[in-house]
Amino acid sequence: MTYWRVPFDANDIEISKGIVYILDDRCKGCGYCIEYCPKHMLQFSKKFNKKGYHPPVAKNPDDCVNCHYCEIICPEFAIYSAEAEEDK
Amino acid sequence: MPEPSKKISKSPVHPLDDLLRTDRIPHIWCSGCGTGTAFSSCLTAIKASGLELDNVVMISGIGCSGRAAGYVKLDSYHTTHGRAIPFATGMKLANPKLNVIVFSGDGDLFAIGGNHFIHAARRNVDLTVICVNNLNYGMTGGQVAATTPFQAKTSTTTTGNPEAPFNLPLLAYASGATYIARWTILHTRDLTNSIIEALNKKGFSFIEVLSPCPVNYGRRNKEKSLDTLKLYQEKGIIKNNANPADTDIDFEKGIILGKFIDIERATCIENYDKTCRLV
Repeated sequence: MTYWRVPFDANDIEISKGIVYILDDRCKGCGYCIEYCPKHMLQFSKKFNKKGYHPPVAKNPDDCVNCHYCEIICPEFAIYSAEAEEDK
Repeated sequence: MPEPSKKISKSPVHPLDDLLRTDRIPHIWCSGCGTGTAFSSCLTAIKASGLELDNVVMISGIGCSGRAAGYVKLDSYHTTHGRAIPFATGMKLANPKLNVIVFSGDGDLFAIGGNHFIHAARRNVDLTVICVNNLNYGMTGGQVAATTPFQAKTSTTTTGNPEAPFNLPLLAYASGATYIARWTILHTRDLTNSIIEALNKKGFSFIEVLSPCPVNYGRRNKEKSLDTLKLYQEKGIIKNNANPADTDIDFEKGIILGKFIDIERATCIENYDKTCRLV
């Protein structure tokens, strides 16, 4: 993300880390998660799912900050994120 | 939340799977349809509200969003066309312990069911009504609805809708609803918070959710589903406590979103007990 200035407490904030899980066969390829991921870490995969759609795939899985936005915008219950374990 | 596993498990479990009839998923809603997002937001709100799930009932009418009652793993009722609110009213009066959610579409609630809506709001029955407004009759082929914006194209108004649409928050306010909010499926977090508030609110709560219908409405108005979401982002003006008279849907001047009304009024059951049960 680009800021017009660096926030004063940028160094104190611990950024959460997440893992994104994708349930391929539920996806209908609307692309909402890809468009609205704040880290732009998802993209359409080359493969087809059971219904012939291209489900998303994480292009750089380490970027996930576990914001859950993909999970709540997905109309298909096909994607969610969970906290990464090494955070604990 | 499920326990995060070290490796990506073979069949991951979505956090809302415990509230879903997973054998019915994937659901029938089209790619890009917003009903699924509104539904998932509603389920998240039910979970977060802390209500006892045995006392939550979801009732839908007919239409795309009417399918929601069949996908939720709670007591649910898929009713006749336009009659979701009468069934819900009966259920609430018979068993006042229940938390009754009506999840339906604009055609069901405001065209065929318009009278039921205004009278339930007038009586202030303790219901939570969530209206997925996709601006047309999506399931039957994209005909013009009571909520279709002026000059929008539909399958029955090919040169544009010559009529003015309903202003749903104003209609609800004038009829006597005690909680009124409007969000789009893009404002999912606000929508979820609004549904939680409405679930815990005593009285008639109404939440309008604007949702894209890419296959019927979007195709005829040159909007792909992502274009519709971008339109919500560009034209949406968040203005809590706005006057419901200003909230008509006009994409030219911008659509006002937010929580408009949150007032207290004696409910239907309270008034009935006070008047007719004088023991």
